[in-house]
Amino acid sequence: MKVTFPHMGNQYMATKVLLDELNVENILPPECSKDTLEIGTKYSPESICLPLKINIGNYIESIRQGADTILISGSCGPCRFGYYSIQQKEILSELGHDLNFILFDPPQGDYKTFLGRIFQLTGTKNPYKIIRALAKGTKILYQIDALDDLAYYKRPRQKQIGEVDFYLEKLHKEIRNAKGYHEVSQLIQKTRDQVMTIEEDPNKEIIKVGIVGEIYTIIEPFVNLNVERKLGEMGVEIEKSLKVSRWLTEHLYLHPLGITLEKEITEAAKPYMKTMIGGHARETIGYSVKFAKEGFDGIIQIYPFTCMPEIVAQSIMPTIEKDFDIPYLCFIVDELTGDAGYTTRLEAFVDLLKRRREMKRDEKLLSGY
Amino acid sequence: MAIKIGIPRGLWFYDYYPLWKTFYEELGAEVILSNPTNKKLLDQGVKNTVDEACLPVKIFNGHVMDLKDRVDYIFVPKMMSVYKKEYICPKFCGLPEMVKHSVSGLPPLIDTEINFNKSRRHIMNTVYQFGSYVTKNPLKIRNAYKKALTAYHDYKNQISQGRLPIDGKLSHDHNQIKSNPANKRIALLGHTYHLYDSFGSMNIIEKLKEYGVEILVPEMINMKVINERAATLEKKMFWSYGRKVLGTALYLQDQQQIDGAIYVSAFGCGIDSIVGDLFERWTRKNADIPFLLITIDEHTGEAGVNTRLEAFIDMIDWRKRDEGNLSAHG
Repeated sequence: MKVTFPHMGNQYMATKVLLDELNVENILPPECSKDTLEIGTKYSPESICLPLKINIGNYIESIRQGADTILISGSCGPCRFGYYSIQQKEILSELGHDLNFILFDPPQGDYKTFLGRIFQLTGTKNPYKIIRALAKGTKILYQIDALDDLAYYKRPRQKQIGEVDFYLEKLHKEIRNAKGYHEVSQLIQKTRDQVMTIEEDPNKEIIKVGIVGEIYTIIEPFVNLNVERKLGEMGVEIEKSLKVSRWLTEHLYLHPLGITLEKEITEAAKPYMKTMIGGHARETIGYSVKFAKEGFDGIIQIYPFTCMPEIVAQSIMPTIEKDFDIPYLCFIVDELTGDAGYTTRLEAFVDLLKRRREMKRDEKLLSGY
Repeated sequence: MAIKIGIPRGLWFYDYYPLWKTFYEELGAEVILSNPTNKKLLDQGVKNTVDEACLPVKIFNGHVMDLKDRVDYIFVPKMMSVYKKEYICPKFCGLPEMVKHSVSGLPPLIDTEINFNKSRRHIMNTVYQFGSYVTKNPLKIRNAYKKALTAYHDYKNQISQGRLPIDGKLSHDHNQIKSNPANKRIALLGHTYHLYDSFGSMNIIEKLKEYGVEILVPEMINMKVINERAATLEKKMFWSYGRKVLGTALYLQDQQQIDGAIYVSAFGCGIDSIVGDLFERWTRKNADIPFLLITIDEHTGEAGVNTRLEAFIDMIDWRKRDEGNLSAHG
């Protein structure tokens, strides 16, 4: 059994560690690239959302390297992600790839199937071994997300532009050859130390922007055209509404127990959206309110074309923009998104934010008399 | 004076309106329907909705605009789920919010949540909440609900016999077509708010009838049969509409009683991108049924649709006439 899985930002490191620790042979799909997207677009239905197209590209590139089993998580609606597995299976089987899908859905009461799938993947029924591997995977997830947070902080402040990403790219390359928790964790730690020592320019003015939207598009740098790096190098410190580590803790560990850490967000979203409507629409609204209250300079929403929950959120965002007097920009990405147009819009937005800040400062100066 | 409640002629209207209309009329309210979709109404809707939303949502907002100045309440329930462990499209779940934030100067909305995802035990609670906008008398609400249910079942019954509710008005008896002998039988799939909105769907039902086609919609198939088929799916379909369509797909594969299938979808519909795609794959692979996908949005030109329909019907005719069942490969 050679297991592969779709990419989603830095999640691959954790999944790799999890599988390594369980001694399951795994194939890491090549980094998302134009080729991945092209393959995916070719074989996927036209109007499906972008994540599925990239997933298909990832699978096929892995299959070329010999993968025969696909590991994917799922949900039970109302977002279409819940039916990804079935459609992907259908697409691949029509292409002549009869792969084995191991699907991790919320059990919805059917724990037998759920556990059966875990045993099928792990090849062991020893719960201690499984839990230990899972804990290690989760730890990696938190480490890499912490590294990302550090990068968000350092990028706009670095004296020499591009230094942060020099180390991060090196990390991504090296992790491909690493195996198991110990090696990966050490690599992350090493990179963290290197990024820490990057020299800062104390005179730079830092703009703060909150990024909200659909989880896949805000996390996978290839899909959002590396928005965090682009913004960072324009002097913007960002914070994202969603992180894989938080998502995993929330859905895998806390949700079955009926606990949530997102209560604050739900409350913040309540005046605008009463219930969950699938996807991350409520988080988009809730975090936008939170960012606005914390005094961020602007909000950027990113989502894949035709994403249903985010469209609902998008129609509410102008109200938040007005209520909190915070500029808001919406990016919709699909396979036709062009880099240049995207960058121009980002630059214009950042200019606007800088100008607004200047004006506010001038106002203060003048009213100080 | 009676309270005026406006029901927009869009989205779930074609599935449920006799239920709601009877319910509120029995309670003593005056029910006002918006006008059937027309160009002006659509333009209004397009202007007041986010660009990314699908055509039906834009049309719905147009209907809300049409009603907002002449009623006391607009009926926009928050439809989350009508069956256990199933949902409706996320846009339905967030519809009241979407309407509220896109259209200004609205009267209060009746936006009670309908959510039977966990169970249907609290159904009467939901009914009382809906009724409480007109009266606080639970007995009256219960009676009105009973009458409304009867009206609803009657309506569903009529549809299952082939009387399709075009623009909300049940059409003449389906059998009239049979007298002018129908030579083809085509399954017509799509959300009810596409098929039965004559403006939005560019009158596709009438057009097909003119070609002498007998139409089969999923509502005309026994729901039990559909559910049985849908239960055999590898993973439970969590959209009620999706369950209906995929169940129909499986049913049609076995029956082999139709000459073609036409799927009407709105551009950007997330559900159709999965359900429609699976339907197409299955009918092509397992059933050898010709398939036509018509995608509509606010820019769709009618001539293009006509041409495609014509070509599709011709193709079915030729297939019937010329099919020699000879292998093309020798």
